[in-house]
Amino acid sequence: MTGENGNGKTSSLIQVRGIDKTYQRGQEEIDVLRGLNLDVNKGQFVAFMGPSGSGKTTLLNLLGALDVPTRGSITVAGDEITHMSRGKLTEWRARHVGFIFQMYNLIPVLTAFQNVELPLLLTNLSKAERKTHVETALTVVGLAQRMNHYPRQLSGGQEQRVAIARAIVTDPSFLLADEPTGDLDRKSADEIMALIRTLVKDHGKTVLMVTHDPMVARQADVTFHLDKGVLVEDGAHLVAGEPA
Amino acid sequence: MKFSSLIFANLFRKKARLVLTVGSFAIALFLFAFLAVVRAAFNQQADVASADRLISRNHISLSEPLPLSYYEQIARIPGLAAVTHFNWFGGIYQDEKNFFPQFVIDPEHQRQVMPELVVPDDQWQTFVHDRQGAIVGAKTAKRFRWKIGDRIPIQNSRYGPLSTWDFNIDGIYHSQNPGGDETQFWLQWDYFEEKVPQDFKGRVGWYTVKLDRPNSALSVSNTIDSLFDNSAYETKTETESAFAASFVKQFGNIEGLIMIIGSVVFFTLLLVTGNTMAIAVRERTGELAVLKAIGFSDRAVLFFVLAESVLIAVIGGLLGLGLSALAIPGLSSALAGMLPPLNLSATILSMGLLAALLVGAVAGIVPGIGAMRMRVVTALRRI
Repeated sequence: MTGENGNGKTSSLIQVRGIDKTYQRGQEEIDVLRGLNLDVNKGQFVAFMGPSGSGKTTLLNLLGALDVPTRGSITVAGDEITHMSRGKLTEWRARHVGFIFQMYNLIPVLTAFQNVELPLLLTNLSKAERKTHVETALTVVGLAQRMNHYPRQLSGGQEQRVAIARAIVTDPSFLLADEPTGDLDRKSADEIMALIRTLVKDHGKTVLMVTHDPMVARQADVTFHLDKGVLVEDGAHLVAGEPA
Repeated sequence: MKFSSLIFANLFRKKARLVLTVGSFAIALFLFAFLAVVRAAFNQQADVASADRLISRNHISLSEPLPLSYYEQIARIPGLAAVTHFNWFGGIYQDEKNFFPQFVIDPEHQRQVMPELVVPDDQWQTFVHDRQGAIVGAKTAKRFRWKIGDRIPIQNSRYGPLSTWDFNIDGIYHSQNPGGDETQFWLQWDYFEEKVPQDFKGRVGWYTVKLDRPNSALSVSNTIDSLFDNSAYETKTETESAFAASFVKQFGNIEGLIMIIGSVVFFTLLLVTGNTMAIAVRERTGELAVLKAIGFSDRAVLFFVLAESVLIAVIGGLLGLGLSALAIPGLSSALAGMLPPLNLSATILSMGLLAALLVGAVAGIVPGIGAMRMRVVTALRRI
């Protein structure tokens, strides 16, 4: 999971060092993540498992720059994101992160094409260039024929494919998937997982996924277990909880 | 604009709600335009009033007469270019709703005092030599399709028992002032004086004085009023614009009434639209959070909310103003007996659109700021 170049510097795409996340609930402080270290290489498919409240989604939010840790640092592709301003984080997310949500979270009044085009509206691409990118992304997820359909006209599995197309259309540094199959039947879930595997194997995407489903987690290169805010490795390839 | 598909898609998301909110704007803007033209119609009388004319009327009220004998005394005051007198005739043409102002005039001095109301010389000469002659303003002539040579019966009960007065249309006047009154009907003093009962003879409604220099208005009006101090018919002399303003006040505080109604309407509209936008933002919390997650800035989210609110305002505003442009000419004709002529000006249309824009922007700002400040993580947790 970790790697070093000849200079002794790590070559990991994502480096997490000693992060804590504490929430305040009234007078009470709740430690969600404690001293967590993690390295993820480019092109790796990582799964996080754990019981409810173990901090899986919190970790994903921190990695996706949707939230900031109480302590520690997160570096992605050389950018230390923990001390960026809110505005900078927003710009950074647009360039580096693709989000895949459990409930797809498509905009219901936009077609599949328009939903996928949304992240591209933040770029300087021309309309024709955006069209090419959207069509490519929808082709990758196998929905080129459904691009003018609205979300209500698609099945759950198809909606999630559109959401995946939206996540990959800007070619981000990595994808964050929060229970991507949690709302799907087994067949659709398998199809989505096959798609995600294809993105990793054939397109070199880095994917970090939260799941409750061991069958889904098994398809990742490596699985981490989060338990009471501490990351525990589950697999032979990884070193978790210890920085390189 | 590349965000237009998102903004319009959101705008048309709840069609019934959109129709109701746009409808509220349309009705409010229609009402605004109507009130504004009514206000403008009343104020127009003061706006077109000349600065170098004074009106001298009975101190008690405009409905009390002044003796004709005052004419010579007023005319002798230095600094006057000309003096003339008027009476309110107050007749009815066919039906009470066919109202138009009718004045008994003094043909000898009328054109010197009111030079902006132009009558062609040949028509004027016919009028001067025709005791039953009448000059009518272009708008009233057009309204009743009168033409020169027509004989017009007008009933009157103001001066004695109800009787019919017949007049010959000898001429049509036009105003040289933009927005000037072209609705008046003038009849001859001699014919009037001859026909009214004894009690009304030798009495005029008011005197209109044209000054040599506008800056002598105060001294001349003081001179006129002091001339008739302690007489049976004391005068009150004021500039034509002050007179027009006091005439409007007879109808009540039109300006204040219109301002109050307008303010209430726009405030209500603000609440309606603000509520609509607040509901819309609340319903879309998850979607706005996703937009932020994928890289849309807080300002972009604020812009989307404001754009939607302003679009509702502009669509509703244009509908309402368009409706008023279609309806006000008809309303003006229908209310001709009760209100001065109503004209929907470009200024009123621009002000209406500006007011709609402002209401739209203000209504969207609070929910927009809420959406802007929303934390993505908190919002996503609610989905």
